[in-house]
Amino acid sequence: MSAPKTCPMSKDRVVDTYFMEHRAKLIDLAAFLDRFDRADGDDSGDFRMAALEQATRVLLDGQPHRAKRILELFSDPTTELPQDAQGTKGASGAYPLTDGGE
Amino acid sequence: MRYIDPHIHMVSRTTDDYQRMAQAGCVAITEPAFWAGFDRSSPKGFFDYFRQLTEYEPQRAAMFGIRHFTWLCINPKEGDDPGFAREVMSIIPDFLDKQTVLGIGEIGLNKNTKNELIVLEDHIGLAEKHNQLILVHTPHLEDKLKGTRIIMDAIEANASIDPGRVLIDHVEEHTVKEVLDRGFWAGMTLYPDTKCTPQRAADIVEMYGNERIWINSAGDWGISDPLSVPKARIEMKRRGHSAASIEKVSFENPRTFLGQCPRFDVE
Repeated sequence: MSAPKTCPMSKDRVVDTYFMEHRAKLIDLAAFLDRFDRADGDDSGDFRMAALEQATRVLLDGQPHRAKRILELFSDPTTELPQDAQGTKGASGAYPLTDGGE
Repeated sequence: MRYIDPHIHMVSRTTDDYQRMAQAGCVAITEPAFWAGFDRSSPKGFFDYFRQLTEYEPQRAAMFGIRHFTWLCINPKEGDDPGFAREVMSIIPDFLDKQTVLGIGEIGLNKNTKNELIVLEDHIGLAEKHNQLILVHTPHLEDKLKGTRIIMDAIEANASIDPGRVLIDHVEEHTVKEVLDRGFWAGMTLYPDTKCTPQRAADIVEMYGNERIWINSAGDWGISDPLSVPKARIEMKRRGHSAASIEKVSFENPRTFLGQCPRFDVE
């Protein structure tokens, strides 16, 4: 599926303008994963890392709206409301997934 | 060039920031009431905060030719205690007649709790009673999608609130379409790491249009950039967006929405 052509720049110009910036971000991500591997501790249980792994698959699936779909993947899918925040004000950036990551 | 930053927390910024914003073309800002990074111990703390927003900050901004307007509420992070929140809300009507108050905000949700929703509904009722504009804070990160929908449902449950008088802020790619489709205004916040970058804001304008949408910095006490609105203008310009479109999202649209309050008389 191809995306509507709403960007006013040509593809060549998009690459010329943004390639270096996103090359650097990609290497940052790779270095982060390397750092995680080199660190002591359990490497199987963190829901944020599981979500990040799922998100990287979206990058390569060739479908449009990758940013939207990754944001949805990181989002709380539930509809229940807890009574209170129990002293928690912050957010973690991902939601604990169940059933093998689905 | 001229621009409006319609969401920035100047109480947390230095006077140098006012100077740099003026030099970059800022002519007006609006400052919603928000969380100070810690919970205030009594409603009196909010009384002093509201005085700072309505009396002191407009003077500090005026030194640099910037008009300063504000919004009042108890923010969602301190709104998880309905009893405390109602005490704070009881002092808000005393400030609504101040000449720089535009409405109720930034109200909304933080962790999407029942307590927060009770306080949100009280704020919506307060806005309805006093015919005020509403500025909405949507939750952070994993809580945003769910919270944005709950907030819109709560506002729509009050049939007398016109969604055209409500701006839903901090939209991203997964919430912007639904906000606009339901008739609300949308705000894109240019904030490092947790919200939009100038590049993504330009992407969103390209994908969803430039109607009923604005950009803001939400600069505050965290790592944030009070010059992010002019940086987004530069990003749009380098892509080839028209001068009229850039002016629309960074000046005309804020002026149109905010101008629904007669006190916002920026030309």
